[in-house]
Amino acid sequence: MEKNKELLKTGKSKSLISKFFPNQNTIPYYFLLPIILLFLMFMVYPIIDSFLMSFQQYKFGKYSFVGLSNYKRLVSDPTFKAALGNNFIYLLIQVPIMIILALVISELLNKSFLKCRGIFRMAFFMPAVTALVAYALVFKLLLNTNYGFINYLLALVHLPKVDWLNRPMSARASIIIAMIWRWTGYNMVILLAGLQGISGDIYEACDIDGANGIQKFFKITLPLMKPIILFCVITSTIGTLQLFDEPYILTQGGPDNATITVANYLYNTAFRFINFGYASAISYVLVVIIAVFSLIQFKFVGGGD
Amino acid sequence: MKIKRKPNEARFATQFITYAFLIVGFLVSLFPFYLMFVSATHTSGDVVSYPPKLYFTNNLINNFHALNSDIGIGKVFFNSLFITVTYTLLTIILDSMAGYALAKFEFKGKTFLFTMILVTIMIPSQVLLIPLFKLMTSINMVNTYPAVILPSLANAFGIFLMRQNMLVFPDSLIEAARIDGLSEFPIFFRIVLPTMKPAMAALGIYMFMSQWNNFMWPLVVLRTPNMYTFPLALAGLNGMSRINYGEIMLGTTLATLPIMVIFMFFQKQFVSGILNGSVKG
Repeated sequence: MEKNKELLKTGKSKSLISKFFPNQNTIPYYFLLPIILLFLMFMVYPIIDSFLMSFQQYKFGKYSFVGLSNYKRLVSDPTFKAALGNNFIYLLIQVPIMIILALVISELLNKSFLKCRGIFRMAFFMPAVTALVAYALVFKLLLNTNYGFINYLLALVHLPKVDWLNRPMSARASIIIAMIWRWTGYNMVILLAGLQGISGDIYEACDIDGANGIQKFFKITLPLMKPIILFCVITSTIGTLQLFDEPYILTQGGPDNATITVANYLYNTAFRFINFGYASAISYVLVVIIAVFSLIQFKFVGGGD
Repeated sequence: MKIKRKPNEARFATQFITYAFLIVGFLVSLFPFYLMFVSATHTSGDVVSYPPKLYFTNNLINNFHALNSDIGIGKVFFNSLFITVTYTLLTIILDSMAGYALAKFEFKGKTFLFTMILVTIMIPSQVLLIPLFKLMTSINMVNTYPAVILPSLANAFGIFLMRQNMLVFPDSLIEAARIDGLSEFPIFFRIVLPTMKPAMAALGIYMFMSQWNNFMWPLVVLRTPNMYTFPLALAGLNGMSRINYGEIMLGTTLATLPIMVIFMFFQKQFVSGILNGSVKG
């Protein structure tokens, strides 16, 4: 009834009220309004603002445009180079190890004879739901040189103690170990769902043709899983390029910037050295790197859904 | 047709290797949690003893008192819970509405809007850190709850997830409701939304966990200890000159346990929440 009245109204005259009154044509905007406002205020505006800020410098109590000088300074900034280098070390070592490990575990969890699959899956996934700070603190304890459990294990098998968090290479290794521990299960769950989606008939056909397990994995599983693996690789890559929490808690970026990431440096620049302009330039370089990497991976693997 | 079967020993070997590998992985995954729980009952001296003590002792109460006097457990717990619950409820309702509009209506600017929302997934949160902090300063919202909650509501993942789920809702039901004279808001709230409970649960659990664990933005925008959430309070303890490890491990335990329990209860929804956001896309 109400709606009919409304129709009559709109038919007669397009008064302002009837034009904006929720009907089938205007309703989607009403549903989207809060989200649009939130995105404009807390996403679009900040993105533009930080872009503009990357060309400015704070001097004598106000911001002034300095052209590209923030970006020029970046090119020869040794800390930025170190941070970027660390990001790539993490990326090149951690992401492949983690994805392969996740793939192996999901393949094992998908075996038909396996009992207690749910319990295994839950255990592997548990690290991913832990608070970052909590797990970083526990790892700080585990990796402690003098009383840490990992060095205790090494001593049990008569290996020398490692000064995990205080030497450049081992500190990086610590970050990588911690990240692998945290994120393997997350990727495994996604990959496992993909594996479970592959029809058993295909494998049976392979059995008939006499294919062995390794052939099946490379000829059937891998090609069919390509879009899902791609998804995992891209999200992990983006996550690694944005890495902040682990170095912040575990090593504070040290020793001597050996573990600092671009995100850590950005945070320090902005909130420790209070240089918003320069920090914005850093963040935009990060955006470009992430965009380029995502595109390359899409092209390289031939895209997916 | 005869299917080639593996000989018995080979099958046994496969099973043995599979279980061995998975059990080692199981232990590696859960051991840090065990260490955390055990250390929560230790004195600081016990935690740093060598060889490591791996059994429970009786210092839990002392650790609790120390932790409470350093961070104020009740206040920190309330801050974390209030921010997380408010955020989760708001995100469920707003993302459902947006997802519904994007899935079930044709309107001007729809493709543009949807693309824009998706593109923001690529934007690293660090880019937003500084301008958001400036914005919060200029509108006098630094160190408030809304300052933590509002910006994280602009979240593409949730909108995308709800849209994916809304797509499968039958158009004919919506049409039928319209013919019956139901207007648009009741159609959404009374007809569509009740069928979306599983998706909303998945989204809710996912968002609850990510906000409960959220670190970087709260670190920037919450300035005084009486506003701190668990991750911030714990990071603060870590930075103190006199570090009491037993106390810290009790803190991490308290911050982690609620999430672990929630995860164990809602494991299925949580996992499907991730999957809908990725694989089905």
